[in-house]
Amino acid sequence: MTETDAPGTVEPADAAAGDAAADRARRAVAAVWRIESARIVATLTRFVGDVGQAEDLAQEALVEALRQWPAEGVPNNPGAWLTAVAKRRAIDGWRRRERLDERYAAMAHDLERDGAAASDTFWDPDTIDDDILRLIFVSCHPVLSREAQIALTLRIVGGLGSEEIARAFLVPTATVQQRIVRAKKTLAAAKVPFEVPEPNEYAARLASVLQVLYLIFNEGYLPAAGDEWVRPDVSAEALRLTRMVAGLMPREPEAQSLVALMEFTASRFAARTARDGTPIPLDEQDRSRWDRAQIGRGQAALARADAIGRGRGAYGLQAAIAECHAVAASVDDTDWGRIVLLYEALGRLAPSPVVDLNRAVAVAMSTGPASALRIVDELVANGRLAGYAPLPAVRGELLRRLGRTSEARSELEAAARLTGNEQERASLLAKIAALAPPAVPPAE
Amino acid sequence: MKYMLIMRSNDQAVEDYENLDFTEVIAAMGAYNESLIKAGVLLGGEGLTDAKEGFVVDFDSTPPVVTDGPYGETKELFNGFWIIQAASPEEAAEWAKRCPLGPGSKLEVRRVTELEDFPQDNEWIQKEAGWRAEAEGRLGTAN
Repeated sequence: MTETDAPGTVEPADAAAGDAAADRARRAVAAVWRIESARIVATLTRFVGDVGQAEDLAQEALVEALRQWPAEGVPNNPGAWLTAVAKRRAIDGWRRRERLDERYAAMAHDLERDGAAASDTFWDPDTIDDDILRLIFVSCHPVLSREAQIALTLRIVGGLGSEEIARAFLVPTATVQQRIVRAKKTLAAAKVPFEVPEPNEYAARLASVLQVLYLIFNEGYLPAAGDEWVRPDVSAEALRLTRMVAGLMPREPEAQSLVALMEFTASRFAARTARDGTPIPLDEQDRSRWDRAQIGRGQAALARADAIGRGRGAYGLQAAIAECHAVAASVDDTDWGRIVLLYEALGRLAPSPVVDLNRAVAVAMSTGPASALRIVDELVANGRLAGYAPLPAVRGELLRRLGRTSEARSELEAAARLTGNEQERASLLAKIAALAPPAVPPAE
Repeated sequence: MKYMLIMRSNDQAVEDYENLDFTEVIAAMGAYNESLIKAGVLLGGEGLTDAKEGFVVDFDSTPPVVTDGPYGETKELFNGFWIIQAASPEEAAEWAKRCPLGPGSKLEVRRVTELEDFPQDNEWIQKEAGWRAEAEGRLGTAN
C-alpha cells in the first residue's frame, strides 16, 4: 500500500500535489489502456478462455495501476505489466476456488518462474495479431445486440472508458456499463469460441465487424443534438479502429475501402457545418476547408483495396463516389456521369431505394432534371420511401428546376413537414419562400 | 487530435547512428512504424536526408541570408517527423516513448494546429485555407 500519509495531517499543498499525481496516473493509465487494451485482453482471453473474464481481469489490473503508478511511476513496458498483474489475479482466483488443476498449475509455475518478463513471450507479433483479430470478431459476434457490439468494440478493442462511450452515444454511463456486463454474460452463455469465423460464415461476420465500425463513425458524423466538439472524436476513433482492422486483414478489399470511405467523409468535417451548427450541404461547402492530406489517405486506401484485385464491394463503390466529390474543384467540375455509373453498380450490388434516390440526384446533375424525375417518380410509385423526407425534398427540387413551381411548392412543404431536423426544415422553408409566388389560375 | 513527433539528435548521436548496423536500424524503425500503422494512429511522416545537403535561410538580416548546412553553433539536428492521431497528450507521449532512439536523441512532441485553433472570422485565416487547398490541389494533380 502506498498510503503513507496519515489522513488529517496532510497539508493542503500536499493534498493538491497528491491529487495532481493521481490525475497524472489516471491519464497515463488511460493512455496505456487506449494503446494496449486489445493486446492485453486478447492475451488474457487466450490465457483464461473467456473474453468477459479477461476484460474483468484487465480492469482489476487497471485499478492496481492507478494505485501503484502515482508512487512508482509508469513501468517501462506498461502493457506487459498490466498483463502480468491480470494473470496473477487469474491464478489467485483459481487457487481460491481450489481449481488449480495441472494445466493452471503449470501456467502459475511459468509465470512465477519468469516473473513479469514472462509476458514478453505472449507478445509475439504473429500470435498477437491473430488474437486481436479474434477479439474483434468476438466483440462483433451476432449473438450480441448491435448496441452491445458497439460498446464492447469501443471498450475492448478501442480502449475507451465507459464514460467516454456514454458521452459519444449520449446515453448515461450506467447504461453503457450495463450493456457491457450483459454482453460479456451473453458471450459466456453462448460459449462463443475465441476464434476467427469459419470460411462458410466469414463473409457475414466480416460484414458485421465493418458495419459496427461504420455505425460508430456515423454516430460522430451525422448531425445530432450533442456537443459538436466531442462527437467528431467518435468518428476519429472509428477511423483509427478501421485502419487497425484493415491492417490486420490486408487482403480484404472492403476493410481497406471502408477506411477510404471514412477518410473521404471525415475530410469534409471542417466544412460541413456553419458556426451556428447549421449543416451545409455538399454543393455549398467551402471546398478549401476540406482536409487535403486526409483525402490523400483516402485515395491511398482505395488504391490498396483496388490493388487486391477482387473488385469493388459496397464500401468500395461508396468510397469511389466520395472520391469523385473529394477531387472535384466545384460542383460543376464533378464527374457526375461517373457518379451515376457508380450508383448504378451500387444499386445492383446492394439494391436500396435510398441509393436510387441518390442516383437520381446524380442523374439530375449529369443529364438534367427530367430524366432524374422519372427515377424519383418510380420510387414514389413503389412506395418504399413513404414518409422519408429526402424523397419529396429531391422531387420538389427537380420540379423547381423544371419550372413546375406549384408542384414543387407542395413537395417541399411535404418534406418540411416530414423532416425531424429543425435546421433542415428551416432550409426547406427558405427554399419555398424563394419560389415564385403561387400562380394565379389563368382566367378562362 | 494530431501530434507531431519531431526527431532531434545531437552531433554525437548522428555520428553514432552512422556507425550502427544500418539493417538493424531500419528493422527497428520499421517495426516501430508498423506498430503505429497497426494501431491505426499513423497519419504521416518523413525522414530527412543528411543535413550537409541542406541549407539555412536566416532572417536575422534583411534580405534573409542563405548559408550552407546548419553547422557550428547547432546542438541538435532535426532528422525527421511523424504525425500521429492521439486522444490526449499522454497517449502521444506513450507512443513517443516507444520510438527506438538512443542517448543524444530527443522527440519533441507538438500538437498540430487545426483550423479551429484560429479565429475563423479573420480574413487571412480564410485566405490561408484557400491557398493551402490550392497548393495542395496542384500537388495532388501532379501525382
